[in-house]
Amino acid sequence: MNINLTLISQAVAFAIFIWFTVKFVWPPLRTAIDNRQKTIAEGLAAAERGKHDLELASRRSADVLRETKEKSADILAQAERRGQQIVEEAKAAARVEADKVVASAKAEIDQEAERAKQVLRERVAELAVAGAEKILRREVNATAHADMLSALKQEL
Amino acid sequence: MSAAETTLTPTSYISHHLSFLQKPVGTGDFWVLHVDTVAVSVLLGMLAFGFLWWVVRGATAGVPGRRQAFVELAIEFVDDQVKGIFHGDRHSFVAPAALTVFVWVLLMNAMDFLPVDWMGLFYEHVLGLHNFRSVPTADVNTTFALALAVWFLMIFYSIKVKGLGGWIHELFCAPFGSNPLLWPANFLLNIIEYLSKPLSHSLRLFGNMYAGEIIFLLLGMWAATGLAGTVFGAILGAGWAIFHILIVVLQAFIFMMLTVVYLSMAHESH
Repeated sequence: MNINLTLISQAVAFAIFIWFTVKFVWPPLRTAIDNRQKTIAEGLAAAERGKHDLELASRRSADVLRETKEKSADILAQAERRGQQIVEEAKAAARVEADKVVASAKAEIDQEAERAKQVLRERVAELAVAGAEKILRREVNATAHADMLSALKQEL
Repeated sequence: MSAAETTLTPTSYISHHLSFLQKPVGTGDFWVLHVDTVAVSVLLGMLAFGFLWWVVRGATAGVPGRRQAFVELAIEFVDDQVKGIFHGDRHSFVAPAALTVFVWVLLMNAMDFLPVDWMGLFYEHVLGLHNFRSVPTADVNTTFALALAVWFLMIFYSIKVKGLGGWIHELFCAPFGSNPLLWPANFLLNIIEYLSKPLSHSLRLFGNMYAGEIIFLLLGMWAATGLAGTVFGAILGAGWAIFHILIVVLQAFIFMMLTVVYLSMAHESH
């Protein structure tokens, strides 16, 4: 419990250790920690920026998507309208064509019928002639007609 | 131990353990060196600050290794404490000084954990030293040296920050006021403050560590009462050691905090 030279030597040791810490221990680690803090702060800022950018991009992509949807719906509607129109046009054209075909068919049928009548007429005439011939052949009898023939000879 | 040939009494046991390894370097009571105190404290300081220096020299600003993270933890802890008390450029002196105080005092206090009798055997039979005390902070010279160093730093910074005139002005005009009638009261109070600061600063640490050591010794004496006493003493010793962990860290922390408080008070003018 007595104060002696140890006091001085301990004070000197203390002073040396303080000096050592101030000079060699504290500054390098402070620098390292400060640098790391800066790096972390920058990283956090970058992350924040990235998040912001992402938000903007997602908003824009949503916009684009919506626009695209609208456009595609438009196109679809247009296409449908166009399709209907084409169908209508096709129907009209088909009707016209069908009328034409029917008309030409009718004309042909009429013609055919006319021709058939013609042929029939000729055939009927032939038949009449043939019938008349047959009738005539059976009716013409030399004896029966001898009077007439002789009368004719007389006249000559 | 050395008392083996003579009769071993509690008094001789305790006084043996409380004897310093003294080396006279001149005539008179003052010119004596406690070799054990100086050797242990300087060794601890060199180990601790050498370790810090070694870690810090390879410090990276990137992802720190385990060693660096540990050192950073200690430094950040001290720095946080200083930040709360000291407002100014703490990195140039106060914070590193606080780190020095904390680390050094903590390690010197922690020497108390070494079992006294085993260390006695080690010193006696390995180093051939009869008297050797392990705990430098249980030596009043150490605590006074630290407290007085802080005291001188306090006065140094008072004068540096406020100027010599400012400091003297403050001695007479604070805390009561600058009325000449109040000068004696102010001065008296300041003198008492300047005297009490190093005393309370150093004796608090010394008293705690000294008492801790004595309690370990008293518990160690249970071994003299036989096997049951030895077991009982061991259990009590373990309990006290566990409680002592708190005291060791707390006293180192208090010593550091007071250092920072005194130095920051020196930086502030009233």
